[in-house]
Amino acid sequence: MKQAAFEAVHESDWQEFERLLGDDKATAPGNVDFPRLYRRICQQLALARDRAYGPGLVDRLNALALRGHRVLYGADGIRRNQLAEFFLRQLPRVVREELRLVLAAAALFFGPLALVALALQVYPDFVGYLLEPRQIADFQQMYDPANPRPGMREADSNVVMFAYYIWNNVKIGFQTFASGMLFGLGTIFYLVLNGLRIGAAAGYLTHIGFGVPFWSFVAGHSAPELSAIVLSGAAGLRLGAALVAPGRLTRRAALAAAARRAVQLVYGAAALFTLAAFIEAFWSPLQLLPPQTKYAVGAALWAALIAYLALPGRHRAR
Amino acid sequence: MQPAPLSAVVLDTAHEVATPEGIDIELRPAGPVARASAWLVDLLIRAGILLLIALVAGALGKFGSAVMLLSLFFLEWLFPAWCEVHWNGATPGKKALGLVVVHDDGTPVRWPAALTRNLLRAVDFLPMLYLFGFAAMSANRDFKRLGDFAAGTLVVYRPAPGGSHNVPLAPAIAPALALSLAEQRAVLDFAERSIALTPERAAELAEIAQPLTGGARDAAATERLIGVANHLLGRP
Repeated sequence: MKQAAFEAVHESDWQEFERLLGDDKATAPGNVDFPRLYRRICQQLALARDRAYGPGLVDRLNALALRGHRVLYGADGIRRNQLAEFFLRQLPRVVREELRLVLAAAALFFGPLALVALALQVYPDFVGYLLEPRQIADFQQMYDPANPRPGMREADSNVVMFAYYIWNNVKIGFQTFASGMLFGLGTIFYLVLNGLRIGAAAGYLTHIGFGVPFWSFVAGHSAPELSAIVLSGAAGLRLGAALVAPGRLTRRAALAAAARRAVQLVYGAAALFTLAAFIEAFWSPLQLLPPQTKYAVGAALWAALIAYLALPGRHRAR
Repeated sequence: MQPAPLSAVVLDTAHEVATPEGIDIELRPAGPVARASAWLVDLLIRAGILLLIALVAGALGKFGSAVMLLSLFFLEWLFPAWCEVHWNGATPGKKALGLVVVHDDGTPVRWPAALTRNLLRAVDFLPMLYLFGFAAMSANRDFKRLGDFAAGTLVVYRPAPGGSHNVPLAPAIAPALALSLAEQRAVLDFAERSIALTPERAAELAEIAQPLTGGARDAAATERLIGVANHLLGRP
């Protein structure tokens, strides 16, 4: 069949398909006319290529098939409560499946943190190597028992601090994840660096006797915030591990597969960071409560977090 | 075995996606220049939005600086991903340049992939001004930056809706010899492109097909070859 005759026969199909593509109802899942016509277009594209019809016609059919493919295979289908399903079952599941990386990230973060915090009790001058003088002065002012609002400088307000924690902490989490692309080295760097910084602040403030304002301030948000850093780290290590040891896949395929899992950990980290920012901005600075209450709430949140990560989603949803 | 279509022989950046219907759909990945331009447009748009927010936030005092920090965060990290998921696969810059982000299999991009590729932008940016990203794009035929590798995405040109083919009408001339499919396709290709060429360049190209033009020169050669194309199309 010559091209002109082919066009004359099928032109109506193409115009009809073009019309359907612009019509949300016609392309909704369950409507059979659209897939039927799409398959016909696919067949016509194959014929047109095989018979070496003009490039203009082949490109036109290719464009039609491509747009049809986007609609048909990009369709959302009928999945409800995806978000709830993810946080109620999927996230704890992924964390448990990646437990080795989560524990490795935790070790890389909490190890330096604890080490420095303890070392500063014996060698307090060492803090000069870890924090800048300006930071030390800031911390001293913020957690001075005489400061009526610990954890904040004089000019800060709760809402601004909330925005600042989102902007700063989530950024740190994202950087920790993304730099896993550098064969995991960037992630290790950020985990250790943040461990050292937090450990230095904690150790130094405890040593100079500002322990109660400091620990009662951080107790509340410590569970979501520190675990969010660890999850970001685990996600970054997942990328790095895929590049260092791709196993039986190509590095490219291993990376893509790793990223699909890692990004779920990033969702979890982002949610925990947001929760932490709320607590840190609106609960942690509260002065009315005795430190014991704040320690208890902090401990309860740690227990809740561990239970959340350990228990849900052990059985497949029916 | 069918002879390979000519498009597979010539240098081409087309990315082919095999569909369940047993056909290959061609995607056209976009190169560094188009993508850098789209990024620049996005940068200006984001700067403009920030400026507007800053003007409003400036009047709100402390609450304003909270708004400012949150806007900075969303515009830098989440805005591009949000656009790609909810705005037909394109940020405003990509839309302006006619680009669209798709999964490797040609389907519209979803949140996991969009977020992955936009967070990993931080690594593509290293050590400065997207050098890693540019190096990665230069080293593979799909122009993927590192974020695209991890997310399994492609940035392609949006196919023009409709599309037209326009071999100029002319009396059909039967070719003097049997043409292979690849040769037929080349003649059609020439006839479609002839409108966009200068008459001199068209004639120069047409004269190469000497057995078909019978040694005609200049405009006569173009005319004859377009006549052959009309014959191949099956026009009278």
